[in-house]
Amino acid sequence: MSDTTTTIEQAPAEVSGRPIRLDDVTKRYPGQTKPAVDGITLEIPAGKVVMFVGPSGCGKTTTLKMINRLIEPTTGRIVLGDEDVTAIDGDELRRRIGYVIQAGGLFPHMTVATNIGLVPKMLGWDKERIAARVDELLELVSLDPDTYRDRYPRELSGGQQQRVGVARALAADPPVLLMDEPFGAVDPITRQRLQDELIRIQDEVQKTMVIVTHDFDEAVKLGDWIVVFEEGARIVQYDTPERILAEPANEFVENFIGSGAGLKQLTLRRVRDVDVASAVTVSPGTSGKDALQKAENAGHGHVVVVDERERPLQWLSRRQLARIETIDAKADPALPVVGSSATLNDALDTMLVSSAGAALVTGRRDRFEGVIDVETVMDAIRDARANAANSEGAPVGMNSGSIGLTPSLVAAGEAAQVAPDAGSDSAAGAAGSTEGTTDTERGAAG
Amino acid sequence: MWDYISSRLEAIGFSAWQHFSLVAQCLILAVVIAVVIAALVYRRPALASVANSVSAIGLTIPAFALVGLMIAPLGFGVTPAVVTVTFFAVLPVLRNAIVGLGGVDPALVESARGIGMSRMRTFVRVELPLAWPVILGGIRVSAQMIMGIAAVAAYVLGPGLGGFIFSGLSRLGGAGATESIVVGVVGVVLLALVLDLLLVGLGRLTTPRGIRV
Repeated sequence: MSDTTTTIEQAPAEVSGRPIRLDDVTKRYPGQTKPAVDGITLEIPAGKVVMFVGPSGCGKTTTLKMINRLIEPTTGRIVLGDEDVTAIDGDELRRRIGYVIQAGGLFPHMTVATNIGLVPKMLGWDKERIAARVDELLELVSLDPDTYRDRYPRELSGGQQQRVGVARALAADPPVLLMDEPFGAVDPITRQRLQDELIRIQDEVQKTMVIVTHDFDEAVKLGDWIVVFEEGARIVQYDTPERILAEPANEFVENFIGSGAGLKQLTLRRVRDVDVASAVTVSPGTSGKDALQKAENAGHGHVVVVDERERPLQWLSRRQLARIETIDAKADPALPVVGSSATLNDALDTMLVSSAGAALVTGRRDRFEGVIDVETVMDAIRDARANAANSEGAPVGMNSGSIGLTPSLVAAGEAAQVAPDAGSDSAAGAAGSTEGTTDTERGAAG
Repeated sequence: MWDYISSRLEAIGFSAWQHFSLVAQCLILAVVIAVVIAALVYRRPALASVANSVSAIGLTIPAFALVGLMIAPLGFGVTPAVVTVTFFAVLPVLRNAIVGLGGVDPALVESARGIGMSRMRTFVRVELPLAWPVILGGIRVSAQMIMGIAAVAAYVLGPGLGGFIFSGLSRLGGAGATESIVVGVVGVVLLALVLDLLLVGLGRLTTPRGIRV
């Protein structure tokens, strides 16, 4: 029993997301000399969470809204999976892409169930299927269906509204989810909870998610990949959170990260990702002497008292054990415990608060897993820095030219277009001309 | 007075019904017209302010004058009455419809479009229901106002209680003249109260629970 598992296995769910590709997409508003989004080419891998960050007005929201064509791109192409969706019916496209806005965007005159069922209804599902789906989704976002189904949005808290918003976006099981500052309107504590919730949901559904935020910490916490934008939706860096923190591309990114990049890396890793130390466990009723003997044999300074379901109750030092006749089953309320899904940041916090300089790790159903201490956290940071330097395979993201679409992709895209000749030719022509402009601009600058 | 009423009970009842029916039908027509116009203009600030000015100026036109002007193109009878009453009925509803539709949170419209609702569906399922309480306010104002205007329409021999008022006025001092006017005026007031109650009930029924104040 004193042997504890060091890492917790999790069966990866099937990836249900689809990749998105923006190919040399430009948005130019009439009457403005500078384009809002300037020839962006961006690859968003299937089943990953990609965060768009940047200062306000940098075009990140515009870029997001061009994916579901709420904003129609002036030139360029949008490819979802292997289908060119630049010219298909926008409403039809948007029914296949989940969309969440700040505060959820729920319709106040409809019940929670009606709100969630809107897209399935438009897609022509029958009533029973919609009702079953609504209950399933409410369960997914941790809201009790019987309690919340018939409520109106104003009867919910901000956080609950946001959950319903996510449920609505997932209603028709779209491969892609777009979120525009989803947690901007809730208080910090609720925001943290919602972020954790979203991570859990993503583990379950494995969608392709694109999330716009101006909060870099949020981007680090949620993102598999982060795109840092500058004005005109210019991509400054497109990389993993680890690498952006370890090697910011330039001063702009550095400033954007703000201070404490090292500490921020702690939010990237979870307790279950690091090796936790084993500990001596005893059950209540054991005599103090026996427990002390056990600890001495193992060369440990402490023993962990666990109940019959292996939940930690007390954490006793040798000195304490020496004074105890029989160990009782009382639970110590001040026990420093972290869940295995907590971030190293949370773990460190727990350790610092407890005097032990270490914390107990619990896994599923609060089962005791092992002990984590400050040294483990330090090693994890060192590892992260070393690993970040040699990670590879970043998706494409740039502001000049287009990634050559594979021939099959182009063919599929053209087949999908209603008027293949007109659509694709003009797009290709425009793409070429944009490239030309960027080149001349560069020439002028040089 | 009682003799006057009891001897003409049937005629009064018929006129009251005609009056009510004229107002109700014109009101329905006006709501449709106002909502359609509002839907066309509320997104464009320039057009919306034109529509607002028209509804403000329109209300300053004396009803009596407009009824009179309608005689030349439309003659006497029901048609000029309906046109005049509907014209006035449109104005407050139009104004409130523009205000109501303009007051819908743009984030909700974006949200609706973002989940794949078409423009039309967004209007019918989201914008109109959310603007409805404000529009209904306009409808109530309109209903009160055109009750009186419908009485004036009797001048062009339109239907309704206005007939009692005009016939009383034309033989002022004669037998039963005052009674005739009183019947017309009180009748209009009572009808206005009844219609307002009905509209309040309609508001209860048609305002979704989620946005009821």
